[in-house]
Amino acid sequence: MKAISLYQKDYHSEIRTRYAINSLAMFIIVAISVILFSIGSETITQSLTCGLFWVVIFFSAMSGLGRAFVSEEERGTSLALQLIASPFTVFSGKLLFNLILVFAMNTVITILYSALFEKFIVTNTLLFFATFVLGNIGLAVSSTIIAAIIAKAGSKGTLYPVLSFPILLPLILTAVKLTLFSMDGTSFEDYKFELAILVSYDVIMLTASYMLFDFIWKE
Amino acid sequence: MIWKIILFLLLTFVSIAGISFPIVENPTHWYDFPFIKGLEENAKIIFFHVPTAWLTVIAFFMSTVYSVKYLIKKNLDDDAKSYSAAQLGIIFCILATVTGSVWSKFAWGAFWSWDPRQTSIFALLLIYGAWFALRSAIESEEKRATLSSVYSVIAFLTVPFFIFIMPRIMKGLHPGSADDTNSGPIVNFQMNKSMLIIFFVSLIGFTILYFWMWRIGYKSIIYRDKLINKNYRG
Repeated sequence: MKAISLYQKDYHSEIRTRYAINSLAMFIIVAISVILFSIGSETITQSLTCGLFWVVIFFSAMSGLGRAFVSEEERGTSLALQLIASPFTVFSGKLLFNLILVFAMNTVITILYSALFEKFIVTNTLLFFATFVLGNIGLAVSSTIIAAIIAKAGSKGTLYPVLSFPILLPLILTAVKLTLFSMDGTSFEDYKFELAILVSYDVIMLTASYMLFDFIWKE
Repeated sequence: MIWKIILFLLLTFVSIAGISFPIVENPTHWYDFPFIKGLEENAKIIFFHVPTAWLTVIAFFMSTVYSVKYLIKKNLDDDAKSYSAAQLGIIFCILATVTGSVWSKFAWGAFWSWDPRQTSIFALLLIYGAWFALRSAIESEEKRATLSSVYSVIAFLTVPFFIFIMPRIMKGLHPGSADDTNSGPIVNFQMNKSMLIIFFVSLIGFTILYFWMWRIGYKSIIYRDKLINKNYRG
């Protein structure tokens, strides 16, 4: 329950300044319009559309999710948090906030994509939804634990995408493949392997993050 | 001392034998290498390229093991061991990438073609790069050791995924991979005894070389830290 209170604290301070939401929204618009300008009047293939979809998601996540723990370090409130809450609670609260942010962000990106890209036609809705949910969970978990490392390393902004990319690479590669499968009508027999990879990635990262967060937080 | 002599003899043998022994159609002498279709003279790189890739993985694994050890015991010597292993790992990683891509220019026609193993070594290179970037960003010793240990454990957990994902995303070009039609899925069947012996001698030699360099590396880091502590903190 304490995790929910921590989430509410983050939510209220976010609503007050709207820093993350505004910058994320602008980032999404900028990224998508850059892609649209560079495409011009050409039509791009379906696999390229899927790739670009996850490129936009990755860089939007990098611009918005890194602030979870940095804001605590900047305001000097991390010591107070250490006193009142266990590491488990802190990580759960931050993860909840990032999860909701990722889901909101990716919903907006998906809507914009299906409106603006003519090749972005999902035929297997269930598979796309599963990819979307599992991919978002993995993205949120990995970026939250990296954000914790970054915050303790003195909030080096440029370091965040550098550290996150190798960790997120298996997730992105699998998600791109699954998104493509959800468009070209591949059968369940063919895509269940990728789906299993995505599920195991989420589980492994979630477990490892909870185990390792103690070490980061007490530093 | 005895290890250094053994190492010298092994690596001298590998360098001479690996480069100068001839490749012939029908091996008759003990020093003849067999002619493998699709590889031809390029086959000789196996004595030098494969050990570097092998050491990259060993170094990465050892770096993670000592990171876990540091997180459990909080002993800075373990961090020095992990750091030294990773230093050697990135050197051998670059060597494996460069020798591999030079070879692939002659064997496959392009320096880089996103073969599963090329992609995996690229991911390893990225992980090493990120790890050193993280270490250089932190001043305090204990903090640096803890955070880099945590990162190395997380990065290590992603590696098994590459083994499963890569072959499904792109076709394997490497000799011995499942899609290889020329030299077959198992290269060993086409390598004759002399080739196999030199290959394994090379693996052993390079592994000894790695452990020797690693010992020098971590000892120098530990002694340097001791000297700094002595001079500045009395």
